[in-house]
Amino acid sequence: MTDRSDIRTSQSVQSQAAAAPVVRVENLQAHYGERQVLHDVDLTVFPGEIMVIMGGSGSGKSTLLRHLVGLTRPTAGRVELLGLDITRARAMEMMRLRRKLGVAFQGGALFSSMTVLENVMLPLQEHTQLDRKTMEIMARLKLEVVNLAEAEAMMPAELSGGMLKRAAVARAIVMDPALLFFDEPSAGLDPVVSAALDDLILKLRDAMNMTIVVVTHELESAFKIADRITVLDQGRILLVDDVAGVRRSGNPRIQNLLNRRSEETAVDAGSYLRRLTGEVPPAPAPHSEDSGAS
Amino acid sequence: MLRFAEGIGRGVVRGVEEVGFAGALFAESLFWAFAGPARRQPVRLPAVFAQMMQIGIEALPIATVLAATIGMMLAIQSLYSLGLFGAESFATIGIALSVVREFAPLIIGILIAGRSGSALAARFSTMTINQEVDALRVIGISPVRFLVAPSLFAMMIMVPALTMWANIVALTAAGLMVTASLEISLAAYHAEVLAALSVNDLAHGLGKSVLFAAVVALVSAVNGALADGGAEGVGRRTTRAVVHSIAAIIMVDMIFAFVVTSG
Repeated sequence: MTDRSDIRTSQSVQSQAAAAPVVRVENLQAHYGERQVLHDVDLTVFPGEIMVIMGGSGSGKSTLLRHLVGLTRPTAGRVELLGLDITRARAMEMMRLRRKLGVAFQGGALFSSMTVLENVMLPLQEHTQLDRKTMEIMARLKLEVVNLAEAEAMMPAELSGGMLKRAAVARAIVMDPALLFFDEPSAGLDPVVSAALDDLILKLRDAMNMTIVVVTHELESAFKIADRITVLDQGRILLVDDVAGVRRSGNPRIQNLLNRRSEETAVDAGSYLRRLTGEVPPAPAPHSEDSGAS
Repeated sequence: MLRFAEGIGRGVVRGVEEVGFAGALFAESLFWAFAGPARRQPVRLPAVFAQMMQIGIEALPIATVLAATIGMMLAIQSLYSLGLFGAESFATIGIALSVVREFAPLIIGILIAGRSGSALAARFSTMTINQEVDALRVIGISPVRFLVAPSLFAMMIMVPALTMWANIVALTAAGLMVTASLEISLAAYHAEVLAALSVNDLAHGLGKSVLFAAVVALVSAVNGALADGGAEGVGRRTTRAVVHSIAAIIMVDMIFAFVVTSG
């Protein structure tokens, strides 16, 4: 179960709380086969906020994202986006909702048989009755927003990793969505390109007033762009707080994540050594959420 | 022993699930073909034409070579085996019926499974693994309407067309052997072929080829949709799609022949 004591809300977000949340997740549970990967996850994202979902490998953050964008149905619980419960929504309701959502996938997920411009135009072709000229103008505008105007005629295979991600962002924002999701935007990018992408995310929030949910394991990026951070660990939420709150957290698992320490060396070096030498380690004592608080 | 039985049971359940999935893909493709225009989400005709080019027109050279070879081989074997009884003059009837009812649809079905089925499975698998299918879904585009339906309909149009072409090529190639061996004119051979064949024979072969087309497209789509595990997964699914398509074609062929001829 989520430890509610560690789900704090910053003052800036408390002021937003008057507005209806754009994303509301309640008691979300997910399984892969018989293995439970999300345990009673609760999450709320307010309008105009950048919420970063952070966690190590296997923490369940990508699974959570798949549930948030409606790609996977949960075992239990509900996911509400822009007021619609997507776990119970009908196909046509989902279709209408999808016009207000944008998703930028980790690898870009551009269609390899189309040019960059055609990729960006695709949502317009499917959801609007605009003529081709107008769609091209709108797609070019979005490519300029992501600083990729020169690449409109290129095929995805000709793009660098950073360009692929920016093209994916252009496609995600071409319908001017109210809610934008990013899956590992900085993964695999050099620091300069990664910083540029962070700036782009901030620009989208500030200039286009979008609500943005970012899944990442990159600490620097998370701390730069986040209004609030949700820390996931083994499918459970450890903490929801602003950047300062996360830095202050005394939770040893969060500290391990922040200090990039392996759990075994950081939490119980003695146990790790005993296991190496073949001695049976004692059962670990349940850690206190506030132990080690700075 | 228990594990062996459990393994067989799991395999059967998985097989039944995949057949059900293929049926659902077929039904959804038909749904989009008929209901899509009313919902302003039609199956894209340019995509169907592009697939028709790849599946049909680009396969013409290899289909021609295979059909000609099969026609000649059938003629050689028929002339030899019937010659043992002094019945070479009946070779034309045997060749005509064999080509139109069996060999042309079967060889084109297997060719399409190897050529276009593998390409489709590899494409769908890669798109699944690269999250392109997920991207379609989050944009609000049905992957079945966008990817599966154009390939399915293109195959169901082009495989019978290729089969018809294979009929003409194989019978003409066989005619070259028969006329030389029996010392009759090509016109006389053609007249004999036309007399031996009925519309039913033609419908039998072409009807089968439509089923083969659907089988190849659906088996490829199912394997592509279930792909995982990166480049290795693409290879595994592509191989599986081709093997399953060819096996399914041969089984459908037998069932079709049994059902049609027993009535």
